[in-house]
Amino acid sequence: MSKDRRIDIEDINGVTVARLLEKKILDEANIEALGQELFALVDKDGRRKVILDFTHVEYLSSAALGKLITMHKKMMTAKGKLVLCCIRKEIHEVFRITQIDKILKLCGTLDDALGMF
Amino acid sequence: MADPVDLEICIPNCTRQGLAVQDRLISLMESFEYSVRDVFAMRLSLEEAITNAIRHGNRQDPDKQVHVICRVDEIRIEVIVTDQGEGFNPEDVPDPTLEEFIERPSGRGLMLMRAYLSVCEYSEGGRRITMVRERNSPLPILED
Repeated sequence: MSKDRRIDIEDINGVTVARLLEKKILDEANIEALGQELFALVDKDGRRKVILDFTHVEYLSSAALGKLITMHKKMMTAKGKLVLCCIRKEIHEVFRITQIDKILKLCGTLDDALGMF
Repeated sequence: MADPVDLEICIPNCTRQGLAVQDRLISLMESFEYSVRDVFAMRLSLEEAITNAIRHGNRQDPDKQVHVICRVDEIRIEVIVTDQGEGFNPEDVPDPTLEEFIERPSGRGLMLMRAYLSVCEYSEGGRRITMVRERNSPLPILED
């Protein structure tokens, strides 16, 4: 496994919990690498129940939002389910401003997210 | 009251250099004890403006540069970012919240900057953006 991974994976009762490890999802190269790791969960590993845990995320840019939308679309195409949880207030505002909260499923805690499956 | 601080920086067309500029300006805001909310708003706006200048303005051309001017004081931070590209018309950028665009993976940077900044104005044919955030600004305003 790469030392430079952007997500930490845990399986809980058949649901994949992917914890985003970067505090700032801003740099273009980082965002691209994060996107590849996220997409591999669906495309390569065949996972269909995925929670993205945002506990550590303090900043993210519009380019990072783009990766989340692409991930959502991949999951929809694969007839899977994607839920985001543990999102701090500032990041939640970014989702609301861009109205991405209308297409992505956002939850409070990890337990709330697990309860969606 | 502390004296205003002025900075003028010219960086190569590289996002890593853009991040270094962000860090410098954010440190300045922190030295003036701006709130976490103001700092979040400005970091996000700086990221969007500088990335736009590098990627869309200068079209990743390594021979071009991005010029950043900043003034920070007790009341506000003003940043002007200028690229060397062909410019664009901000009115041509579609509303990313419209149904036909909501699932597009790009096109939200300008919307975010407008939401967080007191002033977000393009000039010089779209090659220059002037950004202002007032201390303790209530922005962004979100409807319930």
